[in-house]
Amino acid sequence: MSDGAYFQRDRQWHPPAYAPGYKTSVKRSPQAALISLNNTISEMTGPVFGHNMLGELDNDLVHNYAKPGESAIGQRIIVYGRVLDENGRGVPGALVEFWQANAGGRYRHKKETYLAPLDPNFGGCGRAITDDEGGYRFRTIQPGAYPWPNGVNDWRPAHIHFSVFGHAFAQRLITQMYFEGDPMIWQCPIVNTIPSREAVESLIAPLDMNNTIPMDARAYKFDIVLRGRRSTMFENRMEGN
Amino acid sequence: MQGLDQLKETASQTAGPYVHIGCVPNFCDITGVFPEDLGCRMVNEHTKGERITVRGRVFDGTGTPLRDALIEVWQADAEGLYPSPQEKRGMADPNFTGFGRSPGDMATGEYVFETVRPGTVPFIDGRPMAPHITFWVVARGINIGLHTRMYFPDDEEALKADPILMRIEHQVRVATLVAEKTGEAEYTFNIHLQGPKETIFFDI
Ligand SMILES: [Fe+2]
Repeated sequence: MSDGAYFQRDRQWHPPAYAPGYKTSVKRSPQAALISLNNTISEMTGPVFGHNMLGELDNDLVHNYAKPGESAIGQRIIVYGRVLDENGRGVPGALVEFWQANAGGRYRHKKETYLAPLDPNFGGCGRAITDDEGGYRFRTIQPGAYPWPNGVNDWRPAHIHFSVFGHAFAQRLITQMYFEGDPMIWQCPIVNTIPSREAVESLIAPLDMNNTIPMDARAYKFDIVLRGRRSTMFENRMEGN
Repeated sequence: MQGLDQLKETASQTAGPYVHIGCVPNFCDITGVFPEDLGCRMVNEHTKGERITVRGRVFDGTGTPLRDALIEVWQADAEGLYPSPQEKRGMADPNFTGFGRSPGDMATGEYVFETVRPGTVPFIDGRPMAPHITFWVVARGINIGLHTRMYFPDDEEALKADPILMRIEHQVRVATLVAEKTGEAEYTFNIHLQGPKETIFFDI
């Protein structure tokens, strides 16, 4: 039984706070060392959300903002996978939120200035809660690549943003999913904040023809790993605890 | 040699400038998809405890407030119990969510939470920790979410005896974790990402 503290985060694996190739990080990165804190109950608990919170179209971005009878424009895809912990066990009941640009690379947001058009039938957000095995899935359209102000000619590869709640606030994670075979991935300053190629590879979803729905939508698989926990079987405990 | 058969945690990436679309869509005018934004209400009329407002802004290294951050909080109820299945000490107030999520105002950057004052929860060894609210901050330019805590200025004795705060080497920085009382039942907690007033962030 793993009910002890969460494994320490490997800060060499994650992107550092200060990554000058991604210019916005320069003035938004703490400079003092993080203070290491053994997990207390404040971090080992966390909000849990019930399946009854979900609406029928929450995991269908093709339809959840579309007018009745219409659907979003773009290449239809299914994104599916499992939320696991570092011990390889599925994390059931995890809330997974996702958001993305439309097929032309345009976000539905006031502060978005890219000239590509909005799709009146695409909002760009969805969510799912994992099943007993940690599985989730949603339907969407493949997002487009888009330019952004960093260097004069920097582009984001096609990507979907993910926010994940596990069972503890210590597991809270936001990340991005990329698509197999996209040459833009390796040129992206945000991707390149991640120190190792191996860690980047774990954000790239492979195309899965077996789970593709014929004549309808291709499938991409994206597994997400949250922090795992130690076993407490041999841990020293206060008397009476 | 055998392998450990452990997986690596998925690498973090910035929440980006459009985090609102996925996390608080109603706030950014994407309506009709979710009935309301997650974490927008922590209390209802039946919640037990002292009602408080917590507000503040997140500043970058130049002193400019971020207007595209997303702030999440997690806290115990008025009795010091967490509304979580992992809470084994008792049943928390069913009318309190413990979880809040607030985008900074698009013009001023100010976040706001209407909540209750949290009770005392124990440290690992059973000693009481000073009442606190756990914060998690993400934004464009933040590559991995930042964890910190807010404490209350009126808890002087508890702050002095807090097992975590006591251990911090640079005691001069502890003040960055203590909110300012700015009104009747109102606290202001500003977060500084960088610079001389840089907030303490935790690797939890
Ligand atoms: Fe994006």
